[in-house]
Amino acid sequence: MHPILKLVAQRLSLGILLLFAASALLFGLTEILPGDAAQAQLGQSATPENLANLREEMGLNRPALTRYAEWIGGILTGDMGNALSNKLPIGEQIGKRLGATMFLAFWAALISVPVAILLGLVAVRYLNRWPDKVISGSTLAAISLPEFMIAYILIFVFAVKLGWAPSFANVPPDMRLLEKLHSISLPIAVLTMVVLAHMMRMTRAAILSVMQSAYIETAELKGLSSFEVIRRHAFPNAVAPIVNVVMINLAYLVVGVVVVETVFAYPGMGQYLVDAVVKRDVPVVLTSGIIFSAVYIILNMIADIVSILSNPRLRHPK
Amino acid sequence: MRIPLSALIGLSITSVYFFCAIFASWVAPYGMAETVGDVWEPSRLGFLLGTAPEGTVDAQYWLGTDQIGRDLLTRIIYGGQTTILIATTATILSFTTGSILGFFAAVSGGWVDQALSRFVDLVMSIPSLILALVILSAIDVTVVTLIVLMGLLDSTRVFRLARAVAVDISVMEFVEAARLRGEKIAWIIFREILPNALSPLIAEMGLRFIFMVLFISTLSFLGIGVQPPMADWGGIVKENKDGINFGISAALYPAVAIATLAISVNLVADWVLNRTTSLKGGRS
Repeated sequence: MHPILKLVAQRLSLGILLLFAASALLFGLTEILPGDAAQAQLGQSATPENLANLREEMGLNRPALTRYAEWIGGILTGDMGNALSNKLPIGEQIGKRLGATMFLAFWAALISVPVAILLGLVAVRYLNRWPDKVISGSTLAAISLPEFMIAYILIFVFAVKLGWAPSFANVPPDMRLLEKLHSISLPIAVLTMVVLAHMMRMTRAAILSVMQSAYIETAELKGLSSFEVIRRHAFPNAVAPIVNVVMINLAYLVVGVVVVETVFAYPGMGQYLVDAVVKRDVPVVLTSGIIFSAVYIILNMIADIVSILSNPRLRHPK
Repeated sequence: MRIPLSALIGLSITSVYFFCAIFASWVAPYGMAETVGDVWEPSRLGFLLGTAPEGTVDAQYWLGTDQIGRDLLTRIIYGGQTTILIATTATILSFTTGSILGFFAAVSGGWVDQALSRFVDLVMSIPSLILALVILSAIDVTVVTLIVLMGLLDSTRVFRLARAVAVDISVMEFVEAARLRGEKIAWIIFREILPNALSPLIAEMGLRFIFMVLFISTLSFLGIGVQPPMADWGGIVKENKDGINFGISAALYPAVAIATLAISVNLVADWVLNRTTSLKGGRS
């Protein structure tokens, strides 16, 4: 087998293994910690009788392994059972909300990825001069604030004081695209700022390490124009690290939506998860938790596979 | 020893925060749960800066009052106490567990190292906020469980760093010599590896501390961290967030506190990191 195919296949199977291990870890944690889903749901008011009844109803008396197998099987077939708090089917809710979250994350990524790469290039081009210092300084400030703080500062300035954008992101399905975008403009701005800061810092570091290698110096010394140096020598080597950075930050974006959706009351997966944690609805928390983790693991896996594929040393086996 | 200006600024702001946190009950002008005025009274600071609404003559409270009329400055000082206490304890827990296990994995090698490292890989493959949310939905949320949860989750990152540093050290001659004279594993970890691995770990400590501050603030903001009536910075934002829509900036003051603390700790950590790396450069 070709070594690239072999490596990619290895990484894919590792990813799948990791997905199952992560689901087992999440499930196992809710099992071994004191108390169970029934106890968490009933809280202080639990009497031994209604606790036993709820356990019976939820099937908590059966062995953990059986329930784990059923849970995984349910996720794979789309039948995820019902929520404890309002008895609504989890699968239906997630189907609706996953799309909303992806919509938000897609637009945030569409804006932040090109801007981050551009700013990273500018920072390296003017290394240690004022554009670099301004960019690095402002990204440090953005990293030092939690997402919800950036969100409220933006709401205070743009929604309340200036009245440019709504402070609640409400997107009914029959809304037109432009109206939807206007409605989620502040959440997109927050996500963009948070991810942009991380992505730009990592892009800067990645390009810097390529630009400082010996072969770039050689290319400059043999008289290539700076455009040719970048096109023929720097760019091919910088693609892999940059794609890696982008993927890692998209994974980060997926987690960032949890907080941002809560702030803007946006009906997505993040809000669903946080609501369920507050209501101590363990089945919903577990299922949405594994979906978030799966997206995170898959994006990280894609990052690894891209860096395998873009490594020319693997393309020509000895 | 000359301390650069940026580190000096960082160091003094950090000290002020820690001082206020430790002596909160002396520094704070009012009691933590004491109602002193009306709901969301304007701040004296806003008055002095000229941003107060038209017609206000003077205001009594430096940062105004919160959603039920408590003095906001007092709340932020007490909130800082909770946030800094939790973040500091969790950082200490994370460093002790992470570095001891990391050194242990590096010194033992073989299947112990493999088992620990693969388990850490697994935990790190799940975003820590998601993992924390899943765990917090199943246990009782108290300050102690929050500290243990955050400390253990974060110790995976310290483990990786400590293991990487210790793997380099454990192949050096003096460690080999200690092994040959038959020292126990605890001696090798604490007397041979720890002193040589300390400086990169201390530089990392500042960054982990900031991460803890942001993490506990996020959890409290989501309503699953520190529970009322205790105050912490994330919780103060949650309590006062409705005021934002009426143009009341009470919820934004904790943001200033978090940002200044994070940036000043960063400045100190940068200086420590530069000092230790230049030290190494000078030696070789």
